[in-house]
Amino acid sequence: MSSRTHRYGNILVLLVVVLAQMVLLGYQVKSNRDVRLIRVWAVTGVTPVAKVIESVRTGVVGFAGDYISLRDMREENRHIQEELDKLKLEAQFLRNELSTAERVQALAAFQQSSPSRTLASRVIGTAAGVGSKVVFVDRGTPSGVTKGMAVITADGIVGKVIAAFPTASQVQLITDSGFAAGVVSRKGRVRAMVKGQGHTTCRIDYVQNEEKIVPGEWFYTSGDDRVFPKGLPVGRVISARPGNPFQDITLEPSGLRRGLEEVLIVIEGVHQEVPDLTAASPEVHLLPPPRQTSSVEGADPSRVDPPQVDPAQPVVPAPSVGTDADSLREHYQRLGTAQGHTFGAGGPGAKPPDFNLRLPPGGMAQTPQAPPPSAQRSSPPPSKPAPPKVTGDDVSDPDLTP
Amino acid sequence: MAYSSDRILIGSQRESKISRFRPWVPFLVSLAAILFQIYVTLFFQFLAYLELPLLVVVYFSLMWRNPVSGLLLGAAVGLAQDALSKNPLGMLGIVKTLVGYFAASVGLRLDVDHPFVRLVLAFFFLFFHQFFYWVMARALLAQQVTFEVRATLFVGLLNALVAVFLFHFLDKLRERS
Repeated sequence: MSSRTHRYGNILVLLVVVLAQMVLLGYQVKSNRDVRLIRVWAVTGVTPVAKVIESVRTGVVGFAGDYISLRDMREENRHIQEELDKLKLEAQFLRNELSTAERVQALAAFQQSSPSRTLASRVIGTAAGVGSKVVFVDRGTPSGVTKGMAVITADGIVGKVIAAFPTASQVQLITDSGFAAGVVSRKGRVRAMVKGQGHTTCRIDYVQNEEKIVPGEWFYTSGDDRVFPKGLPVGRVISARPGNPFQDITLEPSGLRRGLEEVLIVIEGVHQEVPDLTAASPEVHLLPPPRQTSSVEGADPSRVDPPQVDPAQPVVPAPSVGTDADSLREHYQRLGTAQGHTFGAGGPGAKPPDFNLRLPPGGMAQTPQAPPPSAQRSSPPPSKPAPPKVTGDDVSDPDLTP
Repeated sequence: MAYSSDRILIGSQRESKISRFRPWVPFLVSLAAILFQIYVTLFFQFLAYLELPLLVVVYFSLMWRNPVSGLLLGAAVGLAQDALSKNPLGMLGIVKTLVGYFAASVGLRLDVDHPFVRLVLAFFFLFFHQFFYWVMARALLAQQVTFEVRATLFVGLLNALVAVFLFHFLDKLRERS
């Protein structure tokens, strides 16, 4: 009985559930209205979960996207960094090439202009030893290099060959403690000896304390040592102070100023003169001297227009070009001649000539009714023109420019 | 998986095992199946052929071996699907109610732990579901829809294959007796 009830109970429940849904369905179809309550329940129960899932999905996708983008960006950044490093290396290489080309060009220009026969060489290494200022160059005995030859650059002397080998030569630099060469100063032609000190500067020795050596002065080779041709720049004095028994002078060698990569070995040296002092640096443009102005009309010695010479009047010699005092003296002489006055002839109390008298261009005296104000005003002689203003550092100083 | 490979029919009532689940398992699994159908197919159109809510109803009905529980679960899932669709309420509810009832009744007779049985039952109930829905659409709603047998058979086969793996996964959620 219970089994039958159980079996029929299941079917009964099925029928009830199906029938209820059919009624629900029939109601909707018949009335064409929706049972909104059930849909609200379903949507309210399902959509929050969908919203959470969507938020999680968006977050995960966004995170993954960001992560992938970040990875891509890191990868791209790494590529760009590698490219940048590569370009930096290339730029450095090109800069070095350009610098080398400029040095070689300068060296070649110097080689062509120098009267000495030189051999271009490249520094290939330094000798071993702490404090050693000895380098190897890539020219040896097959190129005609022998011991004792001078080594120079366009900027000055570098050193001398102390040993020549078939494949290379050894050059003692000017800064080596065992180096010495005869030098002469440019300004005072003071003869001395440059000696290396084992570091970047050299010492000028055997200069008496009475000799005037100032910082900035240039020294040139004197040719006394029979190694370096005369007239090559050696360096510039950076300090000079009295010493015992000679001055203590420190010199910065100019040949090593731009580094040492390419040098010239002097195969046959030709002596040159030490450059003379010039009036001014050729780099500074100077105007011609200003035209002299005179306070008296017609007495201008540097007047451009030639004076109108009256044949009836005595010929007055044309003023020569000279100083202001010379022109003033000539003017007074003409005044005295025009008035018949002989300077130095009158005694004390004699009437002096009229120095305000206007002279025509020919030199004839005219007695003025009243002296022109310009003549009264501009009686003092013209001042000497100011010297040209020279700008720049020691390069513009004619005494300090090699 | 412990099942007899040589016996598909259950000889007596004592041989049948009633699987028990925690109360939240059928609810969450059904909800997940409905969400899968309404949400995942937004992004993956090719997964629209999967009738996961039906497979879930079939599974729990087979495992419970209780027709009333099966038909109630079917009715709930069907009504939820109706509520989330444009259908009138009751169309999928009635169909899934019948599926739940019959699946539970079959579970009383067959060894539903057998993969082949699961494959056949999943295929059968999906075909039954589609066919009965078509009948109701024509009979109750007077909709002139066609029943594509070949497509339905193909979809049924695919769902049956998925059901084998899905049922195996859901077996992990059963309580150990």
